[in-house]
Amino acid sequence: MSDARDPAPLPSPAAPDMVSSRWLDDLAGVYTIWLREVRKFWRDKPRIIGATVQPALFLLLLGTGIGQGIPRAFGVEPAARQFAPGVPDYLTYIYPGIIAMTLLFTSVFSALSIIWDREIGFLKEVMVAPISRSAVAIGKTLGGSTVAMLQGCLMLLFAPFLHVTLSWGTMLALLPLLLYVSFSLTAMGIAAAARMRSMQGFTVIMNFLTLPMFFLSGAMFPIDGLPRWMTVLVTLNPLTYGVDALRSVVIGFHHYGVLQDLLVMGVFGAAMLGLAVRGFESHE
Amino acid sequence: MIDVRHLHRVFRTKKSTVTAVNDVSFTVERGEIFGFLGPNGAGKTTTIGMLCTLLRPTSGTAILNGFDIVKQPHYVRKSIGLVFQDPSLDERLTARENLEFHARLYRLPKNLARERIDRMLEMVELVSRQDDIVKNFSGGMKRRLEIARGLIHHPRILFLDEPTLGLDPQTRCCIWDYIHQLQREEQVTIFLTTHYMEEAEHCRHIAVMDYGALIGLDTPAGLKKTVGEDRITMTTVHVKQATAYLAARGLSPLGVRGREVVFEVQNGEAFLPAFVKEAPFDMLTINLTRPTLEDVFLRMTGRTLRGEGDPVGVARSGRRR
Repeated sequence: MSDARDPAPLPSPAAPDMVSSRWLDDLAGVYTIWLREVRKFWRDKPRIIGATVQPALFLLLLGTGIGQGIPRAFGVEPAARQFAPGVPDYLTYIYPGIIAMTLLFTSVFSALSIIWDREIGFLKEVMVAPISRSAVAIGKTLGGSTVAMLQGCLMLLFAPFLHVTLSWGTMLALLPLLLYVSFSLTAMGIAAAARMRSMQGFTVIMNFLTLPMFFLSGAMFPIDGLPRWMTVLVTLNPLTYGVDALRSVVIGFHHYGVLQDLLVMGVFGAAMLGLAVRGFESHE
Repeated sequence: MIDVRHLHRVFRTKKSTVTAVNDVSFTVERGEIFGFLGPNGAGKTTTIGMLCTLLRPTSGTAILNGFDIVKQPHYVRKSIGLVFQDPSLDERLTARENLEFHARLYRLPKNLARERIDRMLEMVELVSRQDDIVKNFSGGMKRRLEIARGLIHHPRILFLDEPTLGLDPQTRCCIWDYIHQLQREEQVTIFLTTHYMEEAEHCRHIAVMDYGALIGLDTPAGLKKTVGEDRITMTTVHVKQATAYLAARGLSPLGVRGREVVFEVQNGEAFLPAFVKEAPFDMLTINLTRPTLEDVFLRMTGRTLRGEGDPVGVARSGRRR
């Protein structure tokens, strides 16, 4: 056993293999951090169930209540007219919005893991490893967005109950879209978490951010015909474009168009990733 | 192996500016066990933080394994292993997974990683618990696992920040066996901080820090010499005769109190038998005390190592970063 040891000669400062391997070191770092996030998600079954039940409640209770109750009480016959082709009722309309909500909450919750890692001291283990700070930020963001994507996929199981038919092609197109939207949202969470010291602080800030983001995203209601001030906020909200893209692919209804949606989400995601990387680079 | 050059670190808060490490320079040779001592808040943790690239020096630098901590942190990180003062394991992963995570981060080939993980688990006697979640481990098991983790990538320099703090004597002893084995077989340079004076005796060199500055660096024996010689306390009824005898041999007593005569000699262990045999008077008791590192410490810092008074908590503010 003890003979199996290799003497591991010391690389000199200029050893080319050590210098050229930096890029590979970072790649391995991103993969390792990603793998840990995904593995821990998979192991945490209560979390998966909780994160599925919550949006299901939104759909079932809030969706049914508003969809059926409000029109009746305010004098509009339900199903008096179809909102748009392929959108038979309110429940179907908000379904993509609820998927976006799942992505938002899961993404931001994943970012909490950084603060958790700091609390248990594990972050130090990562910070002294031979990988760049950007690799840490990217690994964490990819890990969190993968987890959010998987959680989003679970939401697709509700489709048959909502008169939404998803072809295999649509499903296949949805996977990268879910990941794309999750990536920018997770990057936002990581950018904040890299600068925060306490769990409570992060939770408070994130509640302040995520709830308005969700309410102003058009997830629960159409966004035309809103008062001017609200329209401004809705237009500025990056999640609006995520919801729009999802709605476009899932039920074929959109406000802006997928290309514009992807562009806005992409720019937002890149900016947030930049902030996340910066947050880690100045980390001590 | 470690060449510290004018390392300086200032912490600025809104209210105050604290110099945690003040122009510290020293070198550590390859393969030695180097002890880093100082009261709480002396700047030890901040210094280690800078050496392992977790904190940036305000000025100055250090060269580890040929790499500059400021300019080449990446390669410094590749050269070092760390066992932290505070736990740093992922408690929701198993022991083996924690080690695998580390091996992946340091890009060990799969086969080599498996082989080393097996060996390390054996060394720290955790083979039977390798697939258990770390959360349920005892403090000693966690610390052993951390030591195993710090070694998997075969670091050239191993930093041990209070490696045995809060562990039972038996585990402490075990861990020291590993440390010696490592140093012997792998020529790992070991840089450690400790609060236990017996442990500092294991070191080839000891640096003493206080208020952010290095106030002493020598071998344990060398440090003890600065405090004084071996001290002999003798009680006898023939005090006058005894003091005269001592004076004749150039051993002027430090003090006489009642029947007690105190004096200092070099190499007391060798001195004592001959002295007892040859002295022309009867003694009641004779007692040899040698200076301990605790005495050294008390003399140099005016405090005991176990920390009467934690001055401002300088290191603590650095620890959380």
